[in-house]
Amino acid sequence: MQAYLTLVRRELGGFFTSFTGYTVLAVALLLNGLSFVGMIGYVNGRPTPEPITELYYQNLFFWIILLMAAPAITMRSFALEKDTGTFETLMTTPVSDRQVVAAKFTGALIFYVLLWLPLLANALVLRHFGGASGAFDFGLLGSTACGILLIGGVYMSLGIFASSLTRSQVTASMISFALGVTLFMLSFAGAGLATNESWVSAVIEAVNLRRHMEGFAGGVIDTRAIVLPLSLTALFLFLTLRVVESRRWK
Amino acid sequence: MENGFMIDVANLVKDYASYRALHNLSFSVGRGEIVGLLGRNGAGKSSTMRILSCFMPATAGTASVAGFDVFTESYEVRRRIGYMPENNPLPPEMRVREYLKFRARLKGMTRVHSRQRVDAVLEQCSLTEVSRKLIGHLSKGFRQRVGLADALVHDPELIILDEPTIGLDPNQIRSVRALIKSLAQKHTVLLSTHILPEVEMTCGRVLIMEQGRILADDTPENLQNHMNPEGMVRAEIAAPLEALQEWLADWASISRYDIAPGQGEYFVCSLTPHEGADLRESVYGECRDRHWNLRELTRARFSLEDIFVHVTRHNREEEH
Repeated sequence: MQAYLTLVRRELGGFFTSFTGYTVLAVALLLNGLSFVGMIGYVNGRPTPEPITELYYQNLFFWIILLMAAPAITMRSFALEKDTGTFETLMTTPVSDRQVVAAKFTGALIFYVLLWLPLLANALVLRHFGGASGAFDFGLLGSTACGILLIGGVYMSLGIFASSLTRSQVTASMISFALGVTLFMLSFAGAGLATNESWVSAVIEAVNLRRHMEGFAGGVIDTRAIVLPLSLTALFLFLTLRVVESRRWK
Repeated sequence: MENGFMIDVANLVKDYASYRALHNLSFSVGRGEIVGLLGRNGAGKSSTMRILSCFMPATAGTASVAGFDVFTESYEVRRRIGYMPENNPLPPEMRVREYLKFRARLKGMTRVHSRQRVDAVLEQCSLTEVSRKLIGHLSKGFRQRVGLADALVHDPELIILDEPTIGLDPNQIRSVRALIKSLAQKHTVLLSTHILPEVEMTCGRVLIMEQGRILADDTPENLQNHMNPEGMVRAEIAAPLEALQEWLADWASISRYDIAPGQGEYFVCSLTPHEGADLRESVYGECRDRHWNLRELTRARFSLEDIFVHVTRHNREEEH
């Protein structure tokens, strides 16, 4: 446990001593701000039947931040260590491969959560000036945060998996971005196959992350929407672990 | 621990795709020894060290550290070793003390103990004055010492150093060698190098590797003696030529001698004794008694290249 916590702290420290870390924070802050301004313009002076979190989620800024930030946050996790050689000094200390993968994932997820903290401030500002109406409450905010965390977990684990495959950060970010966009686009593939009864459309519907996130933002928490991201996260972390272990395969 | 060895390697084989880097390598290292793996680039030194430090497995054979198998009991092995890889990779964005503290905690030390050990290794490696500096801003010599401090911070039983003096200037090399030598009292050290004087100055034993095989396993002194089995001695003596010739011709301890004119009044004498005896004390005593000036007295020295050629030729002859 001590080694795990030490590694998590080191991972987080790495973000705050790198140019990439601050760039990601700044861009996410800018996009969050733009999204907030757009939403204020939309709701200004007129009633809306939808919860404010759903309005925020509908403008796609969420996905832009997620798809861009995930590769930037995770590309360094293994690729940088392999490139500089510190991977060798890390793996010859008494830490398990599992601890290393878990710590890198936790560090990335914590940094990802930090990206969304301004959203909380935005929501509180809206609540303060808009009054505590039924369209906006802490339950909704909680379910949206839950969605952001779960979907973020998928993208962070995917990015870490991509990073474990290569020693080049650029290649890692490209693999992560390509896989991330593909996963996101499956949500739209589902719409095209909606009338088809085949098992393919059922599978594509099940992996419709956009629909699941819509549910979280609207305050509806479906079991499928929880199981899918958790399964995908576990799958990518398992694959990462296998890649890390592969150096010890005979 | 059954056999008392710190390192015990038996029939180790390592294949990289179609290339065999290690061929049935077998050797052992006792506790408290400083052993040098000497060989050219690509001889298999780094592969051996990476296997011993549990970073990668061997294709076949067994290796154990302090009685623990490096593959099946790798956690126990990693607790007992301090490893500095070739090129000494370090995170440039961390400060020296911060990095050593991070490594100490990673190696399972408590907060209080890690603070004490970090202070101790900073002192031991003469890093106290740069402890607050960023590693990326340090000179190569200091960075090398940070790598050594990292290998030492948890007070391991075995220290594995892959090319610890590569890329350093002569002063830095001297200080790193002195540091390694000082470790002998408490630790077992396995270091690799391709510089012969390095093992002569720091190691009690040397393993010469070539193409994944051990060609020789001996003390540096014995290796030199093998190269010079006749014990040939070279002396520069200022003396009248006739007196010198008379003395050497009458000396029963030598089988051959050669006198060549040197600078000024000096003559360069090459003396080959009977049955490898060491002539140096006798030569010095004779010059002192006869009041001749003596300005050089040495046994013939050989380079790494000479030893390689000698050992490989010897091995080939044995094979045929």
